[in-house]
This record gives sequence, structure tokens and C-alpha cells, in this order.
Amino acid sequence: MPDTKTEPRDALILLGCPQVPIQTSVALYLANKLRKQGITTVITGNRAARTNIEVADPDRHYIGEVIDIDRCIALLAEKKRSFHYCFSFIHNDAGLSYAATVKAISPAAQVLIIFGEHFEEVASMVEFKAEIIAVNAVHNPMPLKAKIDEVLPWVVSNL
Amino acid sequence: MGCLESMKHEILMRDASFKECREYILSHFPEHFEVLPGYKIFEKHLIGVPPLYIAVDGDDVIIPYTKPCYGTFLIRVPDPEMASELRRKRP
Repeated sequence: MPDTKTEPRDALILLGCPQVPIQTSVALYLANKLRKQGITTVITGNRAARTNIEVADPDRHYIGEVIDIDRCIALLAEKKRSFHYCFSFIHNDAGLSYAATVKAISPAAQVLIIFGEHFEEVASMVEFKAEIIAVNAVHNPMPLKAKIDEVLPWVVSNL
Repeated sequence: MGCLESMKHEILMRDASFKECREYILSHFPEHFEVLPGYKIFEKHLIGVPPLYIAVDGDDVIIPYTKPCYGTFLIRVPDPEMASELRRKRP
């Protein structure tokens, strides 16, 4: 078990399809919260998800490295990179498939952020060990923000 | 063997769930193999929820292929060399 009090920690923020509006704002919020805890973040997603993030934070106050999702999966699968945490944004079946893949190829502690109108159905399909934040949030980011505020201190202290 | 996008392929299912693709492979292709997520084939690391299956059917290889915005596709790729390699390696 790494000494989380002294070792530098990093987190992968795995974005899903950006069709649900709150993903970008909550991902930026999470990146900022993690940065304030001294945790370096790397954001990955497809081109549309990455572009949403990069346009929203052009001077990169909140985001650091941003990488393509296929490249990220290759780096993890080939053991060229690893992370202390992986926060996966999930609102559909494909998002869950990506999170399960990261779980299978990486030792990162998994936090699943499940949102969108089908959040209960998606959450019921999780069959692997992970911390789960599941909220019915589509347009209004506040319920998900509140849940992250509640859970994140425990995650960074205990995982 | 080349990159999937540049290879001739047939889409058997589109915008499917990982479970639908898994069930289709198990029920339609007796020659199937369980692989770990991240298994590399056609220069791609496969995405999926375990148990993840791929199959061979004659000279064709059948794989799931997931895109974040389009769900999972089940794809048939004619590639005799890869089909024989999978039969030999039995991943």
C-alpha cells in the first residue's frame, strides 16, 4: 500500500461521450478539486470530449495533460503508464465498458461517476470493485457537484 | 495484419451493448475465445466488460469494437492469417 501522505499522487479522469451537458463542467470542477489536494490530473476522452474541456479552460487553469482515449488505453495496457486513481464519467454502456477495461489493465483505485437519465440502470450493471457515485443529473451539475464534495475527501484519505 | 479502419470489414451489430455482443458471439460462433480487456488485435486494444469474447468463423475474425459515443459494434474482419493465429494461440 503506497504511503498516500508523502508519495505524489495522480489521477486519470476518463471522459465519456460529451452528449450529457454536465460532464465538461463537473470534470473541470473535479480536476480543480484534485489539484488543490496536490493530485496531478490527466484527462482522457475522445476528440469531442477533449475539445469541450480544452475550449472551456483555454489557459489551462484547471486542466493539465490531456490525451486521446485510444492512446491512453494503449499506454495502460502496455504498462507504460499507471495512475493512483481513475475517475470515470459514465452515462452509457460504452462508458462502463471503458471503465471496466481500465479496471482490468490498471491498478488504479476506481471511482465511477455515473450520471444521466439512465443512471440507475447503468449503475446496476457494474460488476467490479469500485467506489460509485450515481446521481440523476443531466443539465444541472449541482447534484453531482454536491456528491463529489461529499465523497472526495473520503476517497483521497482512504484509497 | 493492418489497422482495423483500413481493413475490409462487415458490421454485424451496431450501437449494441457489451452484453448483446457477448451473447451474439456465444450463440452464433462455436469457435470463440475469452480474452482480457485491452487484448491487442488489428492494432487496437479491445474495450469491454469481462468476460470479453472474440471468435473465428472460417477465415474471418469477429471482434467487438467500442466507441464512446456510438456504443459497441460487432465486426467481422476477413483475415485468414489472423484466424489461423488465433486458432493456434487460443488466447
